[in-house]
Amino acid sequence: MSAPVHLVMAWHDWLNLFCHFLLLSLMSVGGAISTTSEMHRFLVEQHHWLSQAQFNDSIAIAQAAPGPNVLFVALMGWNVGLNAGSMTAAVFGVAVTMFGILMPSTALTYAASQWGHRNRHLRVVRAFKQGMAPLVIALLMATAWILASAGGHGTADWPLWAVSLASCAVIWRTRLHLLWVLGAGALLGALQLL
Amino acid sequence: MNSVPPLPPAVSTAAPSRPASLRELFIAFTWLALQGFGGVLVVVQRELVERKQWLTHEEFIEDWAVAQVMPGPNVVNLALMYGGRTFGLAGALTALAGLLACPLIVVLLLAVLHARFAGNPAVEGALRGMAAVSAGLIGAVGLKLAVALRTNAVPLGWSIAICMAGFVLVALLHVPLLYVMLVLGGLGCVLAYRRLHA
Repeated sequence: MSAPVHLVMAWHDWLNLFCHFLLLSLMSVGGAISTTSEMHRFLVEQHHWLSQAQFNDSIAIAQAAPGPNVLFVALMGWNVGLNAGSMTAAVFGVAVTMFGILMPSTALTYAASQWGHRNRHLRVVRAFKQGMAPLVIALLMATAWILASAGGHGTADWPLWAVSLASCAVIWRTRLHLLWVLGAGALLGALQLL
Repeated sequence: MNSVPPLPPAVSTAAPSRPASLRELFIAFTWLALQGFGGVLVVVQRELVERKQWLTHEEFIEDWAVAQVMPGPNVVNLALMYGGRTFGLAGALTALAGLLACPLIVVLLLAVLHARFAGNPAVEGALRGMAAVSAGLIGAVGLKLAVALRTNAVPLGWSIAICMAGFVLVALLHVPLLYVMLVLGGLGCVLAYRRLHA
């Protein structure tokens, strides 16, 4: 399954990839990560442009790297290009997938936010922005919970939970720089204590 | 716009500061993106709200709400909105470029390195440790922003109820986000609408 894939990507294949990511962009409410199951269906199952291992690694590496999580999309394009045989194709793949996933949502968000800003004194606009606040906080706490339970071993993962709780308390209550806390977590993990 | 950064005054409703130039905007977003392991949201809150004071807690929550509802990566949307408000289209594209350019290079380098260190137990352990920390960091942002609920148009009792219901539905019951947004977000908007004056 993780055997290297060798591809011949014709122009219409690249165009197909680009158009599919344009569509995914419009569906990516809640972030590009919410469309990963559809990406998996398209890239791995339907076209076999990526192996299962390449798909998983693309997500894992982007999560561990600094920067927005959407960069996992760039890694998918990169790997499709590598499978097509060259570094140039890999760079081209990054451009195809990143422009595809970003252009529609970016244009839409920019237009909507400019409209909202011009009409920020309207009661409807103010009510929307303030009314969403409790849910925004709930979603942040839910994201934290889902990430913290990603280890998947329940109570056997208690050291990981302890690290999550401790770092939450430290960042909530102190002004310590984030990188110190991340470094401490990385060190504990590297020493096999987690 | 002076290039001297003003000293942050005490609490106020409008953000006390703003970027002086596109360059400053680009550097700020590059810097915060490069600190954002496992997601950039926490760093955006730290850098833009607490340190630079380009946004207040309230503005940050409002922008984040819009960023979540629109399609596209949330942090990318937030950068577009903030850049667009300060410098128009040029600002939006500058913030976006700052957010993506350097991290893109880093992530590609990591992908090249990954093949060599994939099986190393220390590397795997470090990644798990960092993932646990980044979960805690996002929780901390939620706790910090919860302060703003006190001055929100939604009555506090309702806010707390919506928060708890939202957490249970999304984190524990895995209800699709769209439904939760329609029902609980809609409820919040109606409550806020009734309290706000035209």
